[in-house]
Amino acid sequence: MTYRKDRRNFRENLYRQLFAILSFASLAFLLGITLTLFREGLPIFQHVSLPSFLFGKYWYPTHEPPEFGVLPLILASAMVTSGAMLVCIPLGLGTALYINELAGEKQRAVLKPLVEILASIPSVVYGFFGMAIFAPFLQNLLHLPTGLCALTASIILGVMAVPCVCSIAEDALSFVPRSFREASYALGANRWQTLVKVVVPAAGSGIFTAFLMGTGRVIGETMTVLMVAGGAAVIPRSFLQPVRPMSAAIAAEMGEAPVGSSHYHALFAIGLILFLITLGFSILAELLSRKFRAKLGGSL
Amino acid sequence: MKKHTFWKAAAVLLTAAGILFTAATTVASAEGKLVIQGSTTVLPIAQKAAEIFMKKNPHVNITVRGGGSGIGITSLLDGTCDIANSSRAVKITEIQKAQAKGLDLKPHVIAKDGIAVIVHPGNRVSGLNRKQIADIYTGKINSWSQVGGENIKIVVVSRDSASGTFEAFGELALGGAKVRPDALLQASNQAVASVVARTPGAIGYVGLGYLSDAVKAITVDGVEVTQANVLSGKYPLSRPLFMYTSGTPSGDVKNFLDFVMGIEGQKIVREEGFIPLK
Repeated sequence: MTYRKDRRNFRENLYRQLFAILSFASLAFLLGITLTLFREGLPIFQHVSLPSFLFGKYWYPTHEPPEFGVLPLILASAMVTSGAMLVCIPLGLGTALYINELAGEKQRAVLKPLVEILASIPSVVYGFFGMAIFAPFLQNLLHLPTGLCALTASIILGVMAVPCVCSIAEDALSFVPRSFREASYALGANRWQTLVKVVVPAAGSGIFTAFLMGTGRVIGETMTVLMVAGGAAVIPRSFLQPVRPMSAAIAAEMGEAPVGSSHYHALFAIGLILFLITLGFSILAELLSRKFRAKLGGSL
Repeated sequence: MKKHTFWKAAAVLLTAAGILFTAATTVASAEGKLVIQGSTTVLPIAQKAAEIFMKKNPHVNITVRGGGSGIGITSLLDGTCDIANSSRAVKITEIQKAQAKGLDLKPHVIAKDGIAVIVHPGNRVSGLNRKQIADIYTGKINSWSQVGGENIKIVVVSRDSASGTFEAFGELALGGAKVRPDALLQASNQAVASVVARTPGAIGYVGLGYLSDAVKAITVDGVEVTQANVLSGKYPLSRPLFMYTSGTPSGDVKNFLDFVMGIEGQKIVREEGFIPLK
């Protein structure tokens, strides 16, 4: 009897340990990646100072002598990301509101899976679509010298981020207790008033979390911007201009940068910047969503 | 149960045998060790050739490294490599260094590299000289009307700055000048060709293997870009690719160079987008 019990305990313990190891594995990966980014990225600052790296206007990594100014790349990322959010926020939030608040059962049964399918399209397919169809279309429509520009990248990325923003925003909306809506209707508010004045403000920080997660997704997106943003490392002055976001620069150049060269370290340093930015967004989103849950939980 | 044990034992034995075998071959090949270093343009040819050469001659172990032409020549002079890949002829300073060490650098042309300048098929311009190309790429010329075309803005398309084609174009056409920062940088020859094919005002450059009806190759200094013109050196944006050895090659070094310049080696040259010698 005791033998059997011992054996069961032993097995239980074993599984426990096993799963603990598995769950800590991702922590180990995170630590390893962070360490690598710092170790391979920091040596670039032996060649250029931090301010001239961050605020330098020219990116000529292979010229003799090389210039490592990543300001054009940072601004390109910022521009494409903000443009994408302008596309994505109304689309994503509108979809979430419609699915959660207004759509009937039948429509919801169709719309929700459709939005999820949008998320499952590989980014290279988006890139291909943008390059072969959407960019030439914009080029003809607006009489641009080239359709590969920040606007094209923004629109495509914006559409790509819709499922992410939509599903998190929808989660937030469904967290709003039924009693809130019922109270509002009881006071004589109509559907629109309830939606705008009660439901959305109640889910406010949750919706904001959705925007932040969407931003984090867009800023790190690589394949699509590599294919449609044009790739010109110049400080962007208009949305109709080709740009070179950070992720595209890393993807395009890493393969041919000799290991251990200053170009190699510079690309890692860009990766580090990108990592810190997305980390910042994730932390902010996490904090906000905690606050949001606490708020709704407390008011129940 | 018994069966399982048998397979396990067999697997262990096989693995052990594998390790022993690998160890044995590594030791045996220590004498046939060959180091090739230098130009990243020549690198793909050297790598592919080394792979096939090693399959045919298991006793030879070849290490291929990049680093650039200069680094290749330097390490050849230092004796840390046996063959230096170079996308240019040696400089006078390098010859002097070799003489000081009592070494003799022997060039071996293994292939030719030619870069075609391409425009949209609808473009009226059918030829440019090198000065015009340089002015377009550095930003001094902005409209096709300045070089005899229609009044459209020129969209400059270039390869990524880390690529060998970019390096070659920079040397041959631009004389080392910087490409204008707002040029569209594309990650492959194919991408350059497809952007140019879709953009009426575009100019780009690709390896000879990437020409098609979708783009128009223009003449440079009045010379058409053909295999023959590249081979003869008449076409200005062409250059020989070298493998340098210290003194007359012998043994495995000679065998490898013979392989590269033979039928199979030249087939690799063509596959990698360069122009074979024959």
